[in-house]
Amino acid sequence: MSRPTQTGPAAPAPAGSAPAGPRAAAAPRRTRGGTARRAGSRVLHVLLLPTVLIGVYAYASATSSSYYTPTPDLIAAAFAELWFSERLFSDVLPSIARLLTGFTLAALIGVSLGVLLGMSSRVRATLEPVLEFLRAIPPPVLVPLMILLAGIDDSMKVMVIVSGCVWPILLNTVEGVRAVDPVLADTARCYGIGGTTRLRVLVLRSASPQIMAGLRLALSLAIILMVISEMFASSSGLGFAIVQFQRSFAIPEMWAGMVLLGLIGFALSALFELAESRVLYWYRGLRAAHRGE
Amino acid sequence: MTITPTTRRAPDPPDPPATGRRSRGPVLADLGRPLLGALGILALLGLWEAVPRLGVVSARYLPPASEVLAALGQRATTSGFWAAVGDTLAGWALGLAIAFVAAVVLGFTLGALPRVRAYTTSTVDFLRPIPSVALIPLAVLLYGTDIRSTLLLVVYACFWLIYIQVLYGVADVDPVAEQTARSYGLGRLARVRYVVWPTTLPYLMTGLRLAAAVALILSITAQLVIGSPGIGREIAVAQSSGAVESVYALIVATGALGVVINIGVRVLERRVLRWHTSVRGEATA
Repeated sequence: MSRPTQTGPAAPAPAGSAPAGPRAAAAPRRTRGGTARRAGSRVLHVLLLPTVLIGVYAYASATSSSYYTPTPDLIAAAFAELWFSERLFSDVLPSIARLLTGFTLAALIGVSLGVLLGMSSRVRATLEPVLEFLRAIPPPVLVPLMILLAGIDDSMKVMVIVSGCVWPILLNTVEGVRAVDPVLADTARCYGIGGTTRLRVLVLRSASPQIMAGLRLALSLAIILMVISEMFASSSGLGFAIVQFQRSFAIPEMWAGMVLLGLIGFALSALFELAESRVLYWYRGLRAAHRGE
Repeated sequence: MTITPTTRRAPDPPDPPATGRRSRGPVLADLGRPLLGALGILALLGLWEAVPRLGVVSARYLPPASEVLAALGQRATTSGFWAAVGDTLAGWALGLAIAFVAAVVLGFTLGALPRVRAYTTSTVDFLRPIPSVALIPLAVLLYGTDIRSTLLLVVYACFWLIYIQVLYGVADVDPVAEQTARSYGLGRLARVRYVVWPTTLPYLMTGLRLAAAVALILSITAQLVIGSPGIGREIAVAQSSGAVESVYALIVATGALGVVINIGVRVLERRVLRWHTSVRGEATA
């Protein structure tokens, strides 16, 4: 343990019992200083540009006195006042609930249909042009259609989100299921692995990188659709609130809404990345091994 | 659960003569695929025609396919429709072009300067997931229903898609190739031209393909929500005036537009990457 640490004079002291003598203490302090410096430079990396940008914006907005660009402190005040009040329950949480419901439904439908389609080449050939066409329809145009079909209540918003998000998930799942390694598939067949075990262990597992890619695309689409469906016809929700602020020229509030949307988008994508690294840890390792790392 | 075993058993019988399956299968599939695809389209149209005619869904909400297609055909003879298509495509193309140029220039510059890039990562990671529709209110205030508000949304959304791909591509440059080019005395620009650019190109094309679809979505979204001229606004107008056939007809038109754009980008990608193994492999397989 102590041998690989080539710290010369401090070598006889095992690295674990660092605070024993004055000479041994020197080595850990040196590394601690190094890590502190590294942490410091990382903090600098993370914070420098945002600080500069906000500073530039604060300076520009303070000097321009343009009505549309309130200073950061005004936006922050509006943000605190708006989103830490009952609006959190009347607008923000319903929006997020719709978003998550729609996304979950789309994921369930997309993955299950995708597995079915991916396993049968004939069904795939029959449905491919239809799917290509349906996928090519920009999802927001479905909002007016859903208003026609389902009115303007919550189910319309969830339907809009599902009908838009399902395509990237579905098509990616189909591709992933199609690309299951034939050797693995034959091996599974030889060992008599079938039914749900085969589905879980072989098919879904090997398609999971593609499925996750589809889910990631669908997530950002879901936020867009949530906002649009609320902007169009709604009496609650974030999209509704932001449009209301904009129409009543409540500019700092409008900015606060935009900032909140940004934060939600950022938080969801960070959460997704976390979930993805959990699900795909084996894949990352595999790829690193292939690259010879 | 009952479906999995049957689909699994289906390809089994011709399995033992493996070579026979390989030679016969694709030929059948080549002939069968377009046929089956056409069958799928016909089945969809038939279903769409039958459902309202049989009264499963009221024809007020879902007009039969023939009426929708007739409405589309009738619209296609008007100049207003083509002007709307032109407006939509103008927002799409211009926004995509601006995002592409900006992302390529910035991506190559920052990709070559890893120190500067380290300072930008946090900002990029924060700005990237911000949904571009969040900018709608700002766009309305700044530009009204002008094409510039469409462009703001399209450029914002597409820029990140392409930029990230360029960064990945630049990072993927083979160090051996880079060292080789260096030792042959290639200058900085020549290395970018002969080493970095070809490595990045597949990534760039993927970004472009994704961005082309997203640009169409946002171009139409902007017209739908903000009311700038284009197909999106036509849909909003048709919906609020209760012209159900027109809503469906215009949605079919946007789908067709999307298919055309997808095919166009695919063709471009195949042509640009003709030398690349992913395309060459497809051709021989």
